Amino acid sequence: MNYTDLFRAMLPETALEIAALLVVVVDLGFLRKAAYKIRVTVAALLGVAGCCVALWAMQFQGGVWLRFGDAALLGTGGIAAVAQTGILVLTALTLLLLIDTDFTRHVGEYVAVVLMASCGGLMIAAAQDLLVIFVGLELLSLGLYILTAFAKRSGKSAEAALKYYLFGGMSAAFLLFGFSYIYGLSGSTNLAQIQRSIAATGPSPLLYVAWILVVAGLGFKVAAVPFHLWAPDTYEGAPAPAAAFIASVSKVASFALLVTLSMGWLMPGGGAKDVTESYLRGVYQTWPQLATILLIVAAASMIVGNLAALVQGSVRRLLAYSAIAHAGYMLLGVATHAAYTGQGSALQFFASSINPAIRSSNAVLYYILTYGLATIGAFGVVAVVERATGSDRLDAFLGLHKRNPLLAAVLLVLFLSLAGIPPLVGFWAKFNLFSAVLGVSAGPVPFGLVALAVALSAVSLYYYLQVLKRAYVMPVVDETPIKAHPVTMAVLLLIAAAVVVLGCFPALLSGWINCLAPLR
Amino acid sequence: MLAWTIYLSFAGALVQALLPKGKNGLARWLALSVAVAGLALAVAGFVAGMGQGRMVIVDLPWVPSMGVHYLLAADGISRVLVLLTGLAAVAGVLFSWNIELRTKEFFAFFLALIGGVYGVFLSFDLFLLFVFYEIAIVPKYFLISIWGSTRREYAAMKLALYSFVGSSMVLIGLLAAYATAGSHSTSLIALAHAGLPVSFQMWCFPLVFTGFAILAGMWPFHTWAPTGHVAAPTGASMLLAGVVMKLGAYGCLRVGIALFPRGLDPWGFSFLGIGSWRTVFAVLAVIGIVYGALVALVQTDFKFVIGYSSVSHMGFVLLGLVTLNQIGMTGAVMQMFSHGILAGLLFAIVGRIVYERTHTRQLAELETMHLSKRLPFAAWAFVIAGMASMGLPGFSGFVSELQIVVGAWKVQPWWTAAVGIGIVVSVAYTWRALQKAFFSDIRPTPDDHPRTGWHDLAPITWPEYTGVALLTGVSLFVGLYPRILLDTIEPAVKALLAGGVQ
Repeated sequence: MNYTDLFRAMLPETALEIAALLVVVVDLGFLRKAAYKIRVTVAALLGVAGCCVALWAMQFQGGVWLRFGDAALLGTGGIAAVAQTGILVLTALTLLLLIDTDFTRHVGEYVAVVLMASCGGLMIAAAQDLLVIFVGLELLSLGLYILTAFAKRSGKSAEAALKYYLFGGMSAAFLLFGFSYIYGLSGSTNLAQIQRSIAATGPSPLLYVAWILVVAGLGFKVAAVPFHLWAPDTYEGAPAPAAAFIASVSKVASFALLVTLSMGWLMPGGGAKDVTESYLRGVYQTWPQLATILLIVAAASMIVGNLAALVQGSVRRLLAYSAIAHAGYMLLGVATHAAYTGQGSALQFFASSINPAIRSSNAVLYYILTYGLATIGAFGVVAVVERATGSDRLDAFLGLHKRNPLLAAVLLVLFLSLAGIPPLVGFWAKFNLFSAVLGVSAGPVPFGLVALAVALSAVSLYYYLQVLKRAYVMPVVDETPIKAHPVTMAVLLLIAAAVVVLGCFPALLSGWINCLAPLR
Repeated sequence: MLAWTIYLSFAGALVQALLPKGKNGLARWLALSVAVAGLALAVAGFVAGMGQGRMVIVDLPWVPSMGVHYLLAADGISRVLVLLTGLAAVAGVLFSWNIELRTKEFFAFFLALIGGVYGVFLSFDLFLLFVFYEIAIVPKYFLISIWGSTRREYAAMKLALYSFVGSSMVLIGLLAAYATAGSHSTSLIALAHAGLPVSFQMWCFPLVFTGFAILAGMWPFHTWAPTGHVAAPTGASMLLAGVVMKLGAYGCLRVGIALFPRGLDPWGFSFLGIGSWRTVFAVLAVIGIVYGALVALVQTDFKFVIGYSSVSHMGFVLLGLVTLNQIGMTGAVMQMFSHGILAGLLFAIVGRIVYERTHTRQLAELETMHLSKRLPFAAWAFVIAGMASMGLPGFSGFVSELQIVVGAWKVQPWWTAAVGIGIVVSVAYTWRALQKAFFSDIRPTPDDHPRTGWHDLAPITWPEYTGVALLTGVSLFVGLYPRILLDTIEPAVKALLAGGVQ
């Protein structure tokens, strides 16, 4: 390991940490007597500046692989770069939503915790080693528990945080336990070495157990059924910017991790030179087990998420269940790397001009980035409505088109995008993902699951329309206008515009992802 | 040139949405000018395309990594249906002239719907077609649920969910076809030439055909149609019956039949005389014709009569499509055009001219109102529209239904016999509605005939005169000189039958 590489690979994280310290110093040191409005604005803007510097610093990473001996710890560039960019942009957006809130007096600490949590997100997006993964995940998770509890005046916030923390602690224990089995089986914590050793020894029952434990740990992070119980309460109780952060940034990081895990198995050492016929045969024998677990979790998440969302009376809970459903779609994409490896042969792997496994991982990234964007916007709208009406029930949205037409239009665009109506970006994400899944394998199981996912997204239109119906259709009870802070409104309009533009020109985002993580 | 119909409609929708509040007059005239401009472009495109085959309008790579192209093209079938859309849009705006509630939003949704419909008819990339097809769903929901009448929220949600379920089935088929073809292109022509395996076509065809046919009102998935039509405001029910149901039929033809022709082949065994998907759908279509007509016969709500008659008439379209012969399919396209015009006219008379003045659609109440004396224009318009709709010679309905019946006879004579029953019943229900609503012989009691004369119904306004004249004129013209459409439709159908889309 050399320290220049370490410094270069960790530049964005460093930038975020410095920004976090700076925010605390400025807020507690210089602005103690300042008005609340000024403190919030300064803290949020400093946080955004930190994200921008980190984004700028990413170009100096230059695809460095940080190694310890011959084992990689962090791999920057490629998929990691896509996920890190997404994390930083989405973090900046959630910070901007903070400006119009007043749930806490400790804004400096809030922004600092957000930046540190997102730093953990950056780490797991690039991690290539089980220990780095665990450290990054804990950094992220601890930040999220604190953020959930930040509205000290609200009992719901404390309750949500406690539930989140207890579930989270338990799932971290599962994850660590699973990692220890994997270490025991392979004698290494490095993803590539683990894969090589497992491919050599072949599948074993203990590996199954290990994978189930790992899926339990990560399934908690992405709120997949049956590890989803925390999500509705947390989404409901957390302060809106924190909920937006949990729903977007933490999801991006966790799915990037899942993708890295699956890619790590396929690409030992990050290059194709080590991929040999016997290695791939070993992979084919061991992969389908993990794939089976993931497929079951994916199907359960799609079904439970979509059906439970139908009966929700609170928009935040509705968004939570819809998040579970969306996690199910994405897990389908993650799981199909295995379906490919289960059926193909090594020759096919080299022969095909476009690697279907990379295509499906890019599709998952595309999905999670666009989903994160739309969700932040949705929480932004919910936050504005909540401040004006004091509730996030469906009926709080009655007559929104009269009370704030622009806000209603943003809600329309974002919810239709979540429902997957073209030409909005959510539709492309779904199409891209499902066609990638079928591109990997069009056998009866993946095809049946894709059919299930498409059918369930027809179900999802019903609950998204329930909210839109209140905003546009049902009789108006209260016509007092709802005022939104100009910055919040600008952020929401920006997000809605991005959803429309990326939807009309889907090649923009997918082209960028494919450029960073080439398909062949 | 035809592509501008799409852009113009969407631009119009956007401008409507951004108009300042309270400018209802401006919103109306803007909507009318956009619709008329669209019609003018459609007519110009129709004339320019006479005697020509498929013409590519735009072809740009859209999503290179997936091989999706922004490919707009038009053949004879597209040109005829684009023309229909233009006419329906103009008539729809004219009969929505009296919308006072949230006028600009109404026309914004209206024009967005029209833009999506133009897009479907002009897309030659399967993916693009699907995108436009889904764009058309959302405006329908809002048009019905905000401006509708009887049980509007229920009807709107039912319609939206039926449409979305149908389009999900199409999406599944689309994804499967894309994955199976492996040609890395979603162009309809490329997919038709991809040589999809017969076993695949055998299950994908019914899936996609049913998905589209839900929107075409195929029995037993038709139940959204009567409730949706009845609940919708007049302009929207004109569009629903006039063009949106045609989207489904068009999808059945352009995607279902053209992409998966082998899916219609015999199964190799037969059960109760049903030996292929083709027979299955033909039987469903025939049931739809007869069932729709019989149910229309017993309705008490005037608008439900027209709603069920739409189901019956769309059955003709589906039957024509599965005859798979030149005359039957030409008739089907002709019937799409004819029914688009006539259903629009009937809904306009019932929903706008009669209901907006009498505030009831119950035939029993209309019976006591002596509308033939108080609204002679409406009575005459309905007589003409009813005659055209039941397929009297001289109107467009005659030409199309005759062709479909001949086409069906060539395949299976008993289909024709069953259809004959449907036609007879259609005469009966039209006559019954006509007689009850306008020419009832119930004597007025002294109470409802005060000495001072009838309580005056509002006079017919100019948009209503114009709209009725436009639609009856077109139906009559096409009925008297059907070659004008047939010359355009026939070569396109022939090309389609000869080998997929080519």
